[in-house]
Amino acid sequence: MNRFLAIASTAFFISSFGNPSLADGELNLFNWGDYTSPELIEKFENQYNVSVTITDYDSNATALAKIKAGGHGFDLVVPSANYVQIWVQEGLLLESRPDQMENFKYVKKQFSDPVWDPGRRYTAPWLWGSFGVGVDTSIYGGNINTSEIVFYPPEELSGKINVPPEMNDVIKTALLYLGGDTCTDDKEMLRKVRDMLVEAKPKWLSMDYGMTEKLGAKDVAASLYWNGAVFRAKQENPDLSYGYPQEGYLLWMDSVAVLADAKNIENAKLFQNFIMAPENAALISTFAKYANGIEGSEEFMPDNMKGALEIEAPEELAGSGQFSEACSPDITKMYTAIWTELQK
Amino acid sequence: MADNSQRNDSVFEAAAHRARVRRNWLLSTPALIILVLAASGPLLVMLAYSFLQAGDYGGVEYRFSTEGWFQVFLARDIFDDTVSVADAHLSIFWRSARLSFLTTVTALALGFPTAYFIATRPRSSRNLWLFLVTVPFWTNLLIRTFAIMEVIKNQGIVNTLLMSAGVISEPIQMLYTDFAIMLGMTYVYLPLMILPVYASMEKLDFRLVEAGYDLYATRIKVLWRVIIPLVKPGIVAGCILVFIPSLGAYVTPRVLGGGRNLMIGNLIELQFGQGSNWPLGAALSIFLLLVVMVALLLYVRNSQKANNIVRH
Repeated sequence: MNRFLAIASTAFFISSFGNPSLADGELNLFNWGDYTSPELIEKFENQYNVSVTITDYDSNATALAKIKAGGHGFDLVVPSANYVQIWVQEGLLLESRPDQMENFKYVKKQFSDPVWDPGRRYTAPWLWGSFGVGVDTSIYGGNINTSEIVFYPPEELSGKINVPPEMNDVIKTALLYLGGDTCTDDKEMLRKVRDMLVEAKPKWLSMDYGMTEKLGAKDVAASLYWNGAVFRAKQENPDLSYGYPQEGYLLWMDSVAVLADAKNIENAKLFQNFIMAPENAALISTFAKYANGIEGSEEFMPDNMKGALEIEAPEELAGSGQFSEACSPDITKMYTAIWTELQK
Repeated sequence: MADNSQRNDSVFEAAAHRARVRRNWLLSTPALIILVLAASGPLLVMLAYSFLQAGDYGGVEYRFSTEGWFQVFLARDIFDDTVSVADAHLSIFWRSARLSFLTTVTALALGFPTAYFIATRPRSSRNLWLFLVTVPFWTNLLIRTFAIMEVIKNQGIVNTLLMSAGVISEPIQMLYTDFAIMLGMTYVYLPLMILPVYASMEKLDFRLVEAGYDLYATRIKVLWRVIIPLVKPGIVAGCILVFIPSLGAYVTPRVLGGGRNLMIGNLIELQFGQGSNWPLGAALSIFLLLVVMVALLLYVRNSQKANNIVRH
């Protein structure tokens, strides 16, 4: 899941203020680009006298490949829900038992025992969100809580729509629109998905990331995209609105896990506990503009995020969201074939 | 005696020669090691990967398989399991070749006059012009590409100027088209055309041009019959230097093309990333390499033949 302008992201490092050698220890965090609040890191460094180094990645696959190759020197990684079980099965994660940590009591009930990490034995919640549609309502005034906007674009939006080059998320959203499962080898269903996407593509402007800027600058009028990015874009373009497709939409959650071959295990566990405290979780959300799954963190967030439609779905649409697993290799092959066909 | 000393001399010479050869090899060992490890090593890894089985979630499993290569050329239809030519891959290769060709032609059309202009300046100011040509190279490729985006996007410089001048009423959609990809690649690779053409042009004996005029050749004739044949090696080098990186371009099509249509570079990235099919990605990379290599070899053989004909 690549929520950011992947190619533009560069690794950046934050070292502790003052002399790093004075710190008691080190912590190497391997996280998505443009995702880590510098304030959070500074606070952690000061509180525990630990020097933190952050390195960026831009997709789950990249992170997995790099860690599997070994010799990475990282202590913590932030895999998405659909990848956590792969990490566990590959034996890459340490069973650090966040569920027994002091701040675990703040974790919201819906996230305290997720299917991808039963009992939260490996991961502490970082951020979660959804994959819906961002629409410029000054251009299209109709119902935006539907993915029909993208798959059968209305006249006003034709040629002004973006779809991110995110194979799994897009195909799964299309499957949900047609009433299918997110991982399916039902050929009839897949044929319908392919035909629908191929037919819709001429009405799309681009298949690109970077919509925070482009929706904000009105270069694009609508896009399948991630809620927090649309929230950011809305600060530039108040006409923007974020829709939760009633036919079904994807949810995702990224969680912090300790690597099996981490060198600074104690500091890594401290960090897991640290981010489950409401005031700290709020720092993460304030920076990245996504919800975090920690009870009581909202009150530490800026006013414009509290109760914002883009951060958490309204009740009547919350039920349409669902988490998806990583599909089996055979299904992924089919999706890749459809995707290549779409972009040929 | 004379015989003996001569023999001794030749023995010494041979020994000295051997020592020289040994020393030369010894001195070049570090460079050779780096070349072998850094240039051939990764290629060999890719070659090996292309013959392995795809891992479940990226990576490879160490079992021999030709599936990767099979998928480069043939596609098993996911709906009815029939095997046919992989037309998706073919059309992506074709798009890359077409755009790279157009880029090369445009770069030549712009680069040749530029090189001619520089070569005909006084010697003292040539370096300044060359320096100006290389200035864009100091900036990161990505930043140059984003700069182009600012110029041609709907609210960009060109559209704003044209609209305020009243030439157009609606912005022209230039960004996210094949034109944008071509423009971006031409801009990025233009110096690679100018520099080799200039290098040939600088050696050009302009007295030959004057001789051509003296013999009543028109300007066009001088260009076709005198200048172009003499700077041909530079033109060829420039075309090769522009065409090959264009063929494998990744960033420019991704940023300026809007990603709706893949080029080879993007197709390869898809296999290593979301497609989790490293063997296919590796096979596609090696295939691209082979196509370029064969094309170059054919070219070199043909030009050698042509040279021989001229000489006889």
